[in-house]
Amino acid sequence: MRSLSTVVVAALMVAACSGADSRDQLVVATASSLAEAFAQMEAEFEAAYPDIDVALNVAGSSLLREQILSGAPIDVFASADLEDMDRVVEAGLAEAPTIFATNRMAVAVAANNPGGVEDIGDLASEGLLVGTCEPQVPCGRLADELLERAGVTASVDTQEPNVRALTTKLSLGELDAAIVYLSDVHNVSLGNVSIPESQNPIVAYPIAVVLETARPDDAQAFVDFVLTEGGRIMLAYGFGGA
Amino acid sequence: MNDRRFVKSPWWIVLLSTFGAAVFIVPLVGLLVRAPWSNLVSLLSGAFVLDALRVSLLASVLATVIAAVLGVPLAWMLARVEFPGRSVLRAFVLLPLVLPPVVGGAALLFALGRRGIIGEPIYEATGLVLPFSLTGVVLAATFVAMPFLVITVEGALRNLDPRYESAAASLGASPARILGRVTLPMIAPSLVAGLALTWARAFGEFGATVTFAGNLAGRTQTLPLAVFVALESDRDAAIAISLMMVTISLAVLLALRQRWWRSL
Repeated sequence: MRSLSTVVVAALMVAACSGADSRDQLVVATASSLAEAFAQMEAEFEAAYPDIDVALNVAGSSLLREQILSGAPIDVFASADLEDMDRVVEAGLAEAPTIFATNRMAVAVAANNPGGVEDIGDLASEGLLVGTCEPQVPCGRLADELLERAGVTASVDTQEPNVRALTTKLSLGELDAAIVYLSDVHNVSLGNVSIPESQNPIVAYPIAVVLETARPDDAQAFVDFVLTEGGRIMLAYGFGGA
Repeated sequence: MNDRRFVKSPWWIVLLSTFGAAVFIVPLVGLLVRAPWSNLVSLLSGAFVLDALRVSLLASVLATVIAAVLGVPLAWMLARVEFPGRSVLRAFVLLPLVLPPVVGGAALLFALGRRGIIGEPIYEATGLVLPFSLTGVVLAATFVAMPFLVITVEGALRNLDPRYESAAASLGASPARILGRVTLPMIAPSLVAGLALTWARAFGEFGATVTFAGNLAGRTQTLPLAVFVALESDRDAAIAISLMMVTISLAVLLALRQRWWRSL
């Protein structure tokens, strides 16, 4: 019994001391709206670089920013807005981010448009179930900007923590309309209502290597891939060019 | 009689139990160290926190009441009545205890959402939408917290000596009278402990709430949701709210310690 306990404790101590970075994956923090496009990015990158195993950490950009600022082991940051990336740069954890894609907003509706939404002004109707992202994430801030430019006070019923949760509930028919990205309409097969271009904010997506990465060369290779081959993939997934 | 002196305990037990204690203590110390003590009061008295507190208190108390009204009879059936499928039913009742709350929330959405198997007929008939409202928050909280009440009360009923109830029956008391004057008073300690646990679980619920009821400040944004949201934009507020929740929960647990803890 004594020898067993000694072995157990010794094993625990070895495991604890074997280095916090013993994972062999390249962790890419990916904003929710980039999920599908970056899954493709991951597949093509791994085909081109068989020695590198990419892992996507998908969440709202603000949550990813907090994780990076708290020292999470993240190698690359692809953000859905400039503000979250700027905070990371200010903290000295990234430098010279590059815009690799753009996007616009959309007023999406469930298939067959059960709520009968015709234009953005309908979002003010109390009888419709309308969703946006919470104002702390880029999608939410952009939704507010769109509504302000269009002069509409929407009757919002939920502000989801990330755009994926929003598109899921919309697809399920639990919401009548939601303000999401134009790329989401393309990727999740939703209907959408047209918005005047002048009112529609432009979204810029920056990407950068996180300076505390244990694998700077691999991280830079991924960023370079996104900036070259990645352009084609982003367009295929409904984004605009850089 | 079995209490060992500390110095005579095996070293490896002391070491492992120290790590075990650290699992619980270190995170709380982390909160205390990072707390914004200087403006704690102003952070906690803002509308953001007060709205979330109101939603959380309202929903958790309502959920506890529903859990008691439906849970005590259910516990009674599970403890006292032999019926086919009883063990299967008990497994279903225990399910929310092991199910990830988000899965619970998704299940509620598929069942009670506007296009859910039960939610759709309700919506067509009455126009009532269950998610995205306080009702949704209460439903989510009830789903995850009610098992605590049922299991605690069922255990207490099983351990109850049936002679007291038989004696009351032989003296001519009706079943309702027996329940009210003999059974419930005798299981009171367990019932209170069960209610406290149920309330605490309902108060802290997050995954099922955000998935089923959504998130809207003042209507469905509970305290845990407020912490999650604040974590991304105002970390000081997040820590302040977390401290408040830890304090409230600790207070409830410590209050239980004196009289009811033994019966858990």
